[in-house]
Amino acid sequence: MRQFIEGSKAVALAVKLCKPGVISAYPITPQTHIVEELAQLVADAELKAEFVNVESEHSAASLVLGSTACGVRSFTATSSQGFLLMLEVLFNIAGMRLPLVMTCANRSVSAPLNIWNDQQDSMTARDSGWIQLFAENNQEVVDLHLQAYKIAEDKDVLLPVMVCMDGFILTHGAEVVDIPEQTLVDKFLPPFNLINKLDINNPKTLGAFADPDYYMEARFAMQVANDNALKVIPRVAGEFSKVFGRDSGGLFEGYRIEDAEQVIVSLGSLVGTIKEAVDELRREGKKAGVLKLITYRPFPASAIYQALKNVPEIAVVEKAVSLGLSGPLYADLKSSFSCSAKRTNKISGFVIGLGGRDVTKDSIKEIFDLLSKEEKACRFIGLKQG
Amino acid sequence: MADAIKTLFKPGHTACAGCGQAIAARLVVDTAGPNTIIANNTGCLEVFSSKYPETSWGVPWIHSLFENAAAVASGIESALKYLGIKDKVNVIAQAGDGGTADIGLQALSGMWERGHDILYVCYDNEAYMNTGCQRSGLTPFEANTSTSPSGKQSLGNLRPKKPMPEIAVAHGIPYVATASVGYPQDVQRKVKKALSIKGTKYIQIHVPCPLGWRHLPGLTFDIAKLAVETGLYPLIEYEEGKLTQVRNLLKVKPVEEYLNPQGRFKHILNSPEAVKLIQQIADRNIEKYSLMETKA
Repeated sequence: MRQFIEGSKAVALAVKLCKPGVISAYPITPQTHIVEELAQLVADAELKAEFVNVESEHSAASLVLGSTACGVRSFTATSSQGFLLMLEVLFNIAGMRLPLVMTCANRSVSAPLNIWNDQQDSMTARDSGWIQLFAENNQEVVDLHLQAYKIAEDKDVLLPVMVCMDGFILTHGAEVVDIPEQTLVDKFLPPFNLINKLDINNPKTLGAFADPDYYMEARFAMQVANDNALKVIPRVAGEFSKVFGRDSGGLFEGYRIEDAEQVIVSLGSLVGTIKEAVDELRREGKKAGVLKLITYRPFPASAIYQALKNVPEIAVVEKAVSLGLSGPLYADLKSSFSCSAKRTNKISGFVIGLGGRDVTKDSIKEIFDLLSKEEKACRFIGLKQG
Repeated sequence: MADAIKTLFKPGHTACAGCGQAIAARLVVDTAGPNTIIANNTGCLEVFSSKYPETSWGVPWIHSLFENAAAVASGIESALKYLGIKDKVNVIAQAGDGGTADIGLQALSGMWERGHDILYVCYDNEAYMNTGCQRSGLTPFEANTSTSPSGKQSLGNLRPKKPMPEIAVAHGIPYVATASVGYPQDVQRKVKKALSIKGTKYIQIHVPCPLGWRHLPGLTFDIAKLAVETGLYPLIEYEEGKLTQVRNLLKVKPVEEYLNPQGRFKHILNSPEAVKLIQQIADRNIEKYSLMETKA
C-alpha cells in the first residue's frame, strides 16, 4: 500500500514485515524514530516481538547477537557515536557468522559534536565483514531491508547486513512509499532457519577461540562468504523484482552512464541530487552520468570496472574521509582500476556534505567542471572561503 | 571416571592444576543440568574450555566478548521468551571478576535492572588472571598483583574489594549470594535455589587461583575455606533484598592463617600494621553480617 510516511516509519513497517522476534533499542539521533515506531507497533500488538530497551549500544548489539544465536530473527538500529560504541560487537557478530540485520541512520562522528548527516560512521565498519547496503530514497530503504534478511540468511553468505540510510535526509524525510503486503513478503522471505544455534536438544559451542592453527581459515571463510554475496545480492534483487514488480537493490545502478564521458560514483541520498544535475547537464548537451553504488561491502570491484572502464572522467563523491588518505570509496574505486595497466581514465575524489553541510546541484556541477582538471584524490567541496 | 564422563563440563580442558574456577564452573553447570544455555565472558574459563576444535561444554554455550555476557544472555532469554520455551531452559551468564565488576558492570547493571530471568555467576579469583594477574575491582586490599605491586612506597593494592553483592542487592533483584569453591555443597545448593527463582539472580563464587595468588595447587580448597573462616569472604544470601542467611563461624581464625600460604601477601607478613588493616576488614565483616551469632 502506498503511504506518505517518514523514512523511520517506513523502516519500522519494513522490519515488521520481516517478523523479527527480538528487537533491542537505545536512543540516538537521528536513528531514534525507528525504534520508537517499532516500540509502538509492539505496544499495539501489531508486531509480536520482545522489545528490549538496553543501557547502551554495546548491549543493543550484544543482545541481538544472543537472540540471533538462538535462531530468532532480530533487529536493531543505531547512528554515529552509538555505532562506534557497537563497533567491537559488530566485528564479533560478523566473525560469528550471525545473519543479523540492522539499520545505520548515517550521521557524522565527534569531534566536533555534530548530529547531522554524513557517512563517516558506517564507513568505520567497512573491514568488519558486514554487508553494507546504501539507500538513495525511502522506497529503497524499505526494499533493501526486505532483501537484507534474505541476503544475510542465505546459506552461502551467513553474514550480517546493515542498511545505511542518510540521517535526517531519509530518516526524517516524508515521501510516498509502497509498503508491500505481508503475503508477498512471506512469499519472498522464508522463515529464518539457523543451523548452528544455541539449542538444548543439540548443544553446540559458539564463539570458540581459535589459535594460529585455525584463526586464518575462519577469516578466509568470511572473505569467501563476501565473494558469494556478490552473486547472492543480484540474485535476491532479481527475486525481489519478480515478487514485488519493481527493480530495487543489487550491486549498483547506472544512470545515463552508457555513453557518458563524465560519471560520478556516489552513495546514498546524494545520488538523487546528482541525478538531477546529470539531467540538467544532459539538456546542455554534456554527456554526464552517475553510478549509484548500492552494495559498498562486499565491494563489486570488477563489475564497477566493467561498467566504467571506457568513461574518460570519473569522480567519486562521498560524505566521508579516511583522514590522511582520501574518501574511503575513492580508494576502493581506484583500486578496482588497478587491473588496467594502461588506464587512461581520470579518476578524482571529492569529499562533500560532512556534518550536514548542504549539497546543492551547483556543487555537483562544480565537480563535473573540475573533472577536466588534473586528477586529484581528495578535494573538499563546499568549504567556506577565507 | 564414570562421574567425569557424566558431567556437562568435560575433562581435557587446559585449566591450571588446582584451578578453583574450573571446579566451581563444573559444580554450576552440573547443578543446572542439561536444559541450560550459557553465555560466557572472555577470560580464563572461556580460554581453557573452548579452544577450537575442542570444547568442554555439554550444554549450548556461547562466548562473544569480554564485557557483554550479561547482554548476550539477555538476548538469549528474550529469544527463548519469544519462542515460548523460557520456562524449560535455564540461562546462565558467567564471567570472572574483571569481566563482572569492572568492564562488564554496565551490561550487568542493565541486565539486573531489566529483570531478565537469568542467573549471573561471577567466578571471583580477585584479579585479571587470564592476562597475568593484574588488579581488578575485586582484588583485595594489599594484594600484590602485577599492576598493584608492592614496593618502597606501596603495600600493593590500595583499595578494598568493590561491594558487588550489595550493588546487586541495590538493583532490587530477587536473589544474591556469595559462595566459595571450598564449600561445594553450598555452591550446589545456592545454584539450585537461584534457578528455582524467577528473575535475575547473582552468585559470586570465591575461587582461588594458584598461579595468581601464588599458593601450592593442592591448597585450593584449604585457602578457599580459610577466606571464609577468617571472615574475609563471608558467605551470605539475600532474598528480595533481605539478608536471609549467613554461614556462621564457630571459631574465627586470624587472617594470618589465610595470608601466610599466599605469595601475593608475602610482602606484608613482616608488617603487623599492614596485617592489622586486613584483620580490621575481617572484623568488620564479622560484625556487619553477625557471623559469630548462631541462629535461634
